[in-house]
Amino acid sequence: MEREAWVTGLGVVSTLGEGPDIHWSSLGSTPARRSATVGVDSSSHSPYTVHPLGQVDIDRLIPSKADRKQMGRWQRLGVHTAGLALADAGVAGDAAILDRMDLVVAAGNGERDEAFDAKLLEQLSTTDAAARAGDLNTALMSGLRPTLYLGELSNLLAGNIQIVHKVTGSSRTLKGEEISGLSALEDATQRIVGGQADIVLTGGAFNAERDDVLLNYELAHSLWAEPFAPVWSRADAGGGFVPGSAAAFLVIEERGHALARGAKAYAKISAIVCDRSRRAAAGDIIETLSQVRKHLNHDLSQRPTGILSGASGAEPATTQEHAFLSQWIGSSGHAVPVRAYGTCLGHSVEAHAPIGMALASLALQRKGFFEPFDQDPLESACLTPPECIVVTSVGHWRGEGLALLERLDTGARAP
Amino acid sequence: MSSHDLDSKGRPLVVVTGMGLVTSLGWGVSQTWSRLIAGHSGITTISRFPTDGLKTTIAGTIDTPEGAPYAAYTHSLRIAQAAADEAIRQSGIGTPGRFPGPLYIATPPSELEWPQLSRLYEHADKTAGEGYRRLLAAARTRQFDDLRAHAEFASIADVMQRQFGTIGEPLSLCTACASGASTIQMAMERLRRGQAEAALCVGTDATVHPEGLVRFSLLSALSTRNDPPEAASRPFTKSRDGFIIAEGAGAVVVETYQHAKARGAEPLGVVLGAGEKADCYHRTRSKPDGSAIIGAMRKALIDADTSADDIDHVNAHGTSTPENDKMESVSLSQVLGARVKTVPVTSNKSQLGHTLIAAGAVEAVVSLMTMREGVIPPTINHHDPDPEIGLDIVANTARTARVGKVLSNSFGFGGQNVCLVLAAEPG
Repeated sequence: MEREAWVTGLGVVSTLGEGPDIHWSSLGSTPARRSATVGVDSSSHSPYTVHPLGQVDIDRLIPSKADRKQMGRWQRLGVHTAGLALADAGVAGDAAILDRMDLVVAAGNGERDEAFDAKLLEQLSTTDAAARAGDLNTALMSGLRPTLYLGELSNLLAGNIQIVHKVTGSSRTLKGEEISGLSALEDATQRIVGGQADIVLTGGAFNAERDDVLLNYELAHSLWAEPFAPVWSRADAGGGFVPGSAAAFLVIEERGHALARGAKAYAKISAIVCDRSRRAAAGDIIETLSQVRKHLNHDLSQRPTGILSGASGAEPATTQEHAFLSQWIGSSGHAVPVRAYGTCLGHSVEAHAPIGMALASLALQRKGFFEPFDQDPLESACLTPPECIVVTSVGHWRGEGLALLERLDTGARAP
Repeated sequence: MSSHDLDSKGRPLVVVTGMGLVTSLGWGVSQTWSRLIAGHSGITTISRFPTDGLKTTIAGTIDTPEGAPYAAYTHSLRIAQAAADEAIRQSGIGTPGRFPGPLYIATPPSELEWPQLSRLYEHADKTAGEGYRRLLAAARTRQFDDLRAHAEFASIADVMQRQFGTIGEPLSLCTACASGASTIQMAMERLRRGQAEAALCVGTDATVHPEGLVRFSLLSALSTRNDPPEAASRPFTKSRDGFIIAEGAGAVVVETYQHAKARGAEPLGVVLGAGEKADCYHRTRSKPDGSAIIGAMRKALIDADTSADDIDHVNAHGTSTPENDKMESVSLSQVLGARVKTVPVTSNKSQLGHTLIAAGAVEAVVSLMTMREGVIPPTINHHDPDPEIGLDIVANTARTARVGKVLSNSFGFGGQNVCLVLAAEPG
């Protein structure tokens, strides 16, 4: 029998809170009810709006105080969420499985010591050029926390997952903003289908509530600094994304491996395709997505399908993704509901595609879909529960990808 | 596909058809190689920035031929471009600007450096607020758009993709100081899955700047034996006291053997296998029993379908830190058994310093050259061997040897361990 990649564990944390149930009940309810529950903070990082993390104790699964002290909030959020996924898959603490479980994480940089940086920048600004270098050296040697670098290093989210949860088969970290999240899932899936892995933990985390993180995105003017608006409604004001603190990890497992240990399963990952458009000319993103779609090899008219869009709200990516989806759906002659989950959860960069994959897995397992998040015509009513879900990942400045997940009808035990 | 195109496990055999290097010993494979076997060191006193107040004042830096002002992004990109260009030219693959496969690239942290932060800070005034509030206000003026490439996580990968015309998403990865080896491992996996016929693998790192140095200094990882600079990196000696941070880039073109043969390209070596085992003991230290390092070596041997008895040479991680060299030695004796005393081991870091993110790729190229030339570069500064390390170190001068199979080790912070098994010839 051909090898298949199944999702057998989910960890998801966002502004809505923690776990599949809260996400299902909040995003599956009517828009009116949902809007009252979605957190939007427009003051702490003004002029930017962020979705702060919901009520979650992210230290619950990190018992050692010494471990917690070594991590930034980004890392603790990721380590916590990875722990949720392991527990959900029923493998937390299973030394034999964890010892051969592979880990693929999508990450950017960690967090700097903002207070230290602020103090030093002020000091340097009043130092004459000749003394500046010496002052910088002295200040760094005496003021930087020795472990700060470990809190910043991209691969230390994975490193901390290894230390806290003992996932030690192999470990790799991918970089590249949004598409790194989908590439991580692609690597996991391809290795499983290709016989190079049996069980993989994969995902990412993002802490939106920091000015040092926001600076990276403001340098490219990618942030939304207007009153809150849904993802599809920002183009007229130039577009931009609303960062949201979130994390998602998935346990992806070979079919036979999952069945042999009696694992529950959410969905099958049928295909993941990633690319990088040059984005030089108008329509380049549409062209790249059209090519990616060919490799996805999915006909919207064949089976009831829903689309979870990872659109960020940044331009021109969001308008081009909208055009691509409209065209694809229009040519299928079928009603295909689209949900841009960034409207509700904010945009979580490296964690954003894993969040979409987690929500897709959840919807397929619960045999339903989400209520529209917005008035946009793409967010049409869902008439039939989807048997397939396409997740899109079009990065705010780079990276285009599509994933296809399918419902598991037989052979798998319901959770 | 004939059976000769497959490895002993029936997977597509992966060969190397192009190599490129930029190191503190020179631009290009041949310049670095000739200086390596002559026993030279690329480590010098830092002149890029004042070192007042720093404990370590030496490094292996690389200046660009154009004399471009230093920034981690620009220098890391520049040496990556040169190494990749050399590797592609040697392989003769594709056409200029159209490489027929994906890019796997290991890049250092993408971040703003202090001069850039100060530029932003001093542009905005007090009314904009303190610290990062003020930096954000400056960024909003749109006068600093040139800085975005320094902070975006895959900007180096994207430039490389455009320049060399690699196919698909260029994958940027980080497994700390094992990253260079990871690029080759991930490309090998992809070729074995039949999803590509060729791939470009690059590791690059040019992060000798004040904070880059201080970070490792505060973790007590660096040697403080500043004078003379060339004598500081002394792997496997009793007096070793830390690594020397260095810059470098390594690139290889990997291809399926079938693809290389079909276009008449000469294999320069074979990527026989790779193994990876994550550690869970500590953020910067290995498990005291070495089990993760041992696991990575054994997984590499199993993947390569090679007995430890067939390893002719070990290109060690050999950083010159007390911790690494002891753990690597303990682990090698577990894996090689009685042969540990007779298998020649060398550390290129004695000459090149530790090129961090690039090291695995740089040392893979040196390992391939070692097999091709039949000469093992020396571990220089080896005058007081650590009596607790029972390895056959290629001490101080290069050694002539027939080398058919090399184990190349790369270990990194965060419990990253990647080992490659490279062979001279297919089958």
